[in-house]
Amino acid sequence: MAMTALKPGARFKSAVSDAQVMVIKAPAGEHELSCAGVAMLAGADTAPDGVQADAADSGETLIGKRYVNEDESLELLCTKGGAGTLALDGTPLEIKQAKQLPSSD
Amino acid sequence: MNISTILDMAAEAFGERVGVVCGETRLSYAELRATAYAAAERIKASGAAYVVLLDVSSPAASVAVFAAAYAGVPYVPINYRLTADEINALVERASPAYLITSGELRDKLAPRDDLTVVDRADFLAARAGEDAVPTEVGDDPRAVAVQLFTSGTTGKPKAAILRHENLMSYIVGTVEFAAADEDDAILVTVPPYHIAGISSVLSSTYACRRVVQMPNFDAAGWLRLCRDENVTNAFLVPTMLARIVEHLAATGETPELPRLRALAYGGGKMPLSVIQQAVRLFPNVDFTNAYGLTETSSTIAVLGPDDHRAALQSDDPYVQKRLASVGRATGAVEIQIRDEDDGVLGPDQAGYVFVRGPQVSGEYKQQGSQLDADGWFPTRDRGWLDRDGYLFLEGRADDVIVRGGENISPGEIEDVLLSHPAVADVACVAMPDEQWGEAVAAAVVLKDGAQASADELQALVKGQLRSSRVPQSIVFKDALPYNETGKLLRRLVRQEFATPD
Repeated sequence: MAMTALKPGARFKSAVSDAQVMVIKAPAGEHELSCAGVAMLAGADTAPDGVQADAADSGETLIGKRYVNEDESLELLCTKGGAGTLALDGTPLEIKQAKQLPSSD
Repeated sequence: MNISTILDMAAEAFGERVGVVCGETRLSYAELRATAYAAAERIKASGAAYVVLLDVSSPAASVAVFAAAYAGVPYVPINYRLTADEINALVERASPAYLITSGELRDKLAPRDDLTVVDRADFLAARAGEDAVPTEVGDDPRAVAVQLFTSGTTGKPKAAILRHENLMSYIVGTVEFAAADEDDAILVTVPPYHIAGISSVLSSTYACRRVVQMPNFDAAGWLRLCRDENVTNAFLVPTMLARIVEHLAATGETPELPRLRALAYGGGKMPLSVIQQAVRLFPNVDFTNAYGLTETSSTIAVLGPDDHRAALQSDDPYVQKRLASVGRATGAVEIQIRDEDDGVLGPDQAGYVFVRGPQVSGEYKQQGSQLDADGWFPTRDRGWLDRDGYLFLEGRADDVIVRGGENISPGEIEDVLLSHPAVADVACVAMPDEQWGEAVAAAVVLKDGAQASADELQALVKGQLRSSRVPQSIVFKDALPYNETGKLLRRLVRQEFATPD
């Protein structure tokens, strides 16, 4: 994935692991999402030959966690877990702390 | 964005866990997904533009929500208690349709060329193979996920629209994925066509919490099912909790439900006396009051267990009173109170309740969006926020009694009348009055064998509230008119007092 506009609802998958995400909220303009240092893939795209995960990245992306950038203009939901740290334009994303509500329905 | 992601994630993380139980039927998340996949293919092949459910609560309701989402068409559950004419009028507004029904309900349907009618058992019979993945699941956040007909207590039902982005915002913003323990189970008694019925499927699937369905509520059956299925959580509308409390009082039974941890209630005004008794009967249970509307994708304010305890234990009347509130905005939405001219009101000032947030659709199919330029939705409920943001509701804007220019909330008078030991139920409504324009009238239901005179009840109100609140006319009834989800039909009560004496 080169620089792409990130639209809410769009899905991306890691080129080097099982990780998948859905965009909940996104900043304007074009950006690059990566996982384990490798650009993520949109829709039916397949990984280019020979791509490899950043060997120094021991991170894990966890199903059900939300990932945000520093100003929370980007929010992703991990819909399938996998190896690798998520990053926006090279900056690693953080897990958004959940506000646990009492179950109401 | 697509709500089917919720089921995909549950099946991915906890495929073997039981997701829904109804009678003898138990389906795991993997089975739910395989059934929804297969149903989606048949829905698409039928050419339907809607998936309609005309049925009681069953696993077919859970499957249908997600199958419609995989197929990319709105899910439209219809109130099966309506008359055949009413049902057919709604079906016409949701056609061409793939319609799931069962038994005698099928006989209510008028034949149509653009209907594919499927029996519930057939709908649930087919499962997709291990590797069968639905083709081209849409991800447009603006696509319509659910279309719900409002109960139409004041006219022709409106078709409220909830988009995938509304429902996903609600779930992701208020539920933690896989938050439930393996042994958790929620008992769901609301019908599938109620917003709480839909949000319970979505919330519980996302939390990976087993749903136990109860298609026909009765108090003894509810207590039995809680025990037999080791239920930990339950949601009830006020009339259901009232019946459970009455049942326990009548039988002298002590509820033995050691697993029950949390009871949530909502969907109408909870009489203070009922919640006070319930807290005593279930001392180890956490109570949560949830307030929400169809047009807001369910819950927007919550009075949580800690709020209940704080109110019950406080010496400060201002805090004690919060037991009668619906709690604070969830954090996924903002709430504002406005006056007649859209001016924003401060704490403790009563007016109209407005809400804003990504889960708020505020949209009807024919009438369009009701949001203002800044995204605020007028709920048409009246109420106020206290100094810490606790929301108190006074009733629907249409239910307010205007006596000589003074706005009177029926709720405060009803609370006083319900405090009389002989009064079982009460509704205060406006009645025409030559001098004041409108005056207060009350329909009262007395407890079995109990006595109270109109004079006595009028004196009670006069002693606690201003004289303008005293019901000018009181009638005694055997029961008040409620719809099937426990909403009081004030329109019918008003008819009792339609002509001045």
